[in-house]
Amino acid sequence: MAAAADEHQPSETPPLLLVHRLPRFKLSFFPFLQTEYTVLDPLADPPDPSFPDLSKSARIMLCVGPTPVGSDELDRYPAVECVVGSSAGLNHIDLAACRRRGVRVTSAGDAFSDDVADYAVGLAIDVLRRVSAADRFVRAGSWPVQKEYLLGSKVSGKRVGIVGLGSIGSRVAKRFEAFGCTIAYNSRSMKSHVSYTYYANVVDLASNTDILIVCCALTNETYHVINNDVMTALGKTGIIVNVGRGALIDEKELVEFLVRGELGGAGLDVFEHEPHVPKELLTLDSVVLSPHKAVFTPESFAALEKVVLGNIQAFFSNEPLLTEI
Amino acid sequence: MFGFFQYKQFGWWSLILKTGSGFQDFITPTEMENVGVLMTCPMSAYLEQELEKRFTLFKLWENPSRTEFSARYADSVKAVVGNTKLGADSALIDSLPRLEIVASYSVGLDKIDLNKCKERGIRVTNTPDVLTDDVADVAIGLALATFRKICASDGFVRRGLWRNGDFKLATKFSGKSMGIVGLGRIGSAIAKRASAFGCTISYHSRTKKQNTNYTYYSNIVDLAANSQILVVACALTEETRHIVNREVIDALGPKGILINIGRGPHVDECELVSALREGRLGGAGLDVFENEPDVPESLFGLENVVLLPHVGSDTVETSKAMADLVVSNLEFHFLKKPLLTPVV
Repeated sequence: MAAAADEHQPSETPPLLLVHRLPRFKLSFFPFLQTEYTVLDPLADPPDPSFPDLSKSARIMLCVGPTPVGSDELDRYPAVECVVGSSAGLNHIDLAACRRRGVRVTSAGDAFSDDVADYAVGLAIDVLRRVSAADRFVRAGSWPVQKEYLLGSKVSGKRVGIVGLGSIGSRVAKRFEAFGCTIAYNSRSMKSHVSYTYYANVVDLASNTDILIVCCALTNETYHVINNDVMTALGKTGIIVNVGRGALIDEKELVEFLVRGELGGAGLDVFEHEPHVPKELLTLDSVVLSPHKAVFTPESFAALEKVVLGNIQAFFSNEPLLTEI
Repeated sequence: MFGFFQYKQFGWWSLILKTGSGFQDFITPTEMENVGVLMTCPMSAYLEQELEKRFTLFKLWENPSRTEFSARYADSVKAVVGNTKLGADSALIDSLPRLEIVASYSVGLDKIDLNKCKERGIRVTNTPDVLTDDVADVAIGLALATFRKICASDGFVRRGLWRNGDFKLATKFSGKSMGIVGLGRIGSAIAKRASAFGCTISYHSRTKKQNTNYTYYSNIVDLAANSQILVVACALTEETRHIVNREVIDALGPKGILINIGRGPHVDECELVSALREGRLGGAGLDVFENEPDVPESLFGLENVVLLPHVGSDTVETSKAMADLVVSNLEFHFLKKPLLTPVV
């Protein structure tokens, strides 16, 4: 009856909210927290003397950014009943460990989906039409000297293959349809409410695709789902866009394929060991490189704040969580 | 091209049957090969190849001077192939007394003296439709690259700066209000794409379009004031020269971005550069400039602009389709068949 006990708490004591974050993720992401809740931050500077005791009673944890939450963290904070996620992905949270302990988990829901989908399309157009490379060409003063720039590759009407037709993938599909592209996808299971062609196998999808968009969740099953076979199937005229997680692609293979020209190009917002980017990619014009920023817009962060706050409020009011996974 | 292939298969008699217009309109293959076609500047190696197969191709840029060229070859030239850089102006047309047709490797006609062509009965063709998709794709690509700072952050990674910290926030594209100047083929294709991103569309045009739900503004300043993205997609004429001026730029404002896939002279470039440097305009994605290939160097250091070297229709697929259309129009003209895409 912990919930009932909360309802009878004196109003001067805001509910405890445990914040779990890597040092590089600042609390300034969620400015409203300090007024509404008693924020417990293990990285507070100077250290909060009440933290060791109070943290043992905190019932809700806000996980800022992709900060790992596993058995160790859950053991450290035994009273936690709910982990509020704030990232598009959830691969940093040990969902099985949470389930075993009856700890509920919420995601960012759709807060980022439009921005990530937009970014995926932007990266695809950039790779095929050489936008960033041509922009560099102009800024280097090369246009008056070299007169012509290289031809790009048409985007409209191409075959788009989406790995992961979730909240982001379905928005990517809708956008590309307006370019006259045909859409096909691979997902854990076929979606009966869509008319796009389903391929149970990513290699088959890649064989019938010109633009492969990777936007699925990273799990044990999807680790390196984009491998040598998939890249071979995609071929010299195919391109990959990754707005999911770096580890969805076998990065070493990807670099080889790109350097040898056996893959047409790639637009990458994520990498296996961020912020490290394989140096061979830094000089290729067939790639567009991005520092994991597909969600970095004030609009996405405002939407995220709403979802995070909404979930926290729902938890303390005993109402259904907004985006429980 | 289709006609010519058939000729090669069945012999020159088939040309009479095909054209069906009688003996007097007959053209022998030799006559076709002797037709002089003047290309104004390098634009497509494939196009040069295809023209050389069928006609006698003259390349203006390989001649020391225009006057020398005129003196030697003017009487042989019956066709001109021009593009957005060098078309057929009054002086060129005057220097070619046997000129019958100008086939432009472009959809834009601003480099062709259309009045002179009309006066002299010279036919003019361009390449509409085949490049509509490509140009619309670049417009959206520029909007995304500008709003989301894709090029700037690519440079950030390449310079090794990610190690030291994250890139700054960009701006969301979906759901923004887009104002399109010129709702022709290209403008409509841009509108269709932007709608899929949840953008609201309005437009300014010479006249209101009957079969569309987009909001119409008879005044471009009002369009700019009500848009977060202003896209220039109209033809360049005397009326639309500098249509995007200081007033329009100010109406668009510090949060607005300008996308130009039309012609450089649509925009008052001096005003644009000042506005960008002073932060009075949020950003710009530009495929065209007033004095190509010269681009104002003061734009080179700005992160809120994307600069392209007039590549709107520059894809392998479209370049071939445009070249094929130029060649077909020329062939059809000399075979006295209806032109595929005549303008005059």
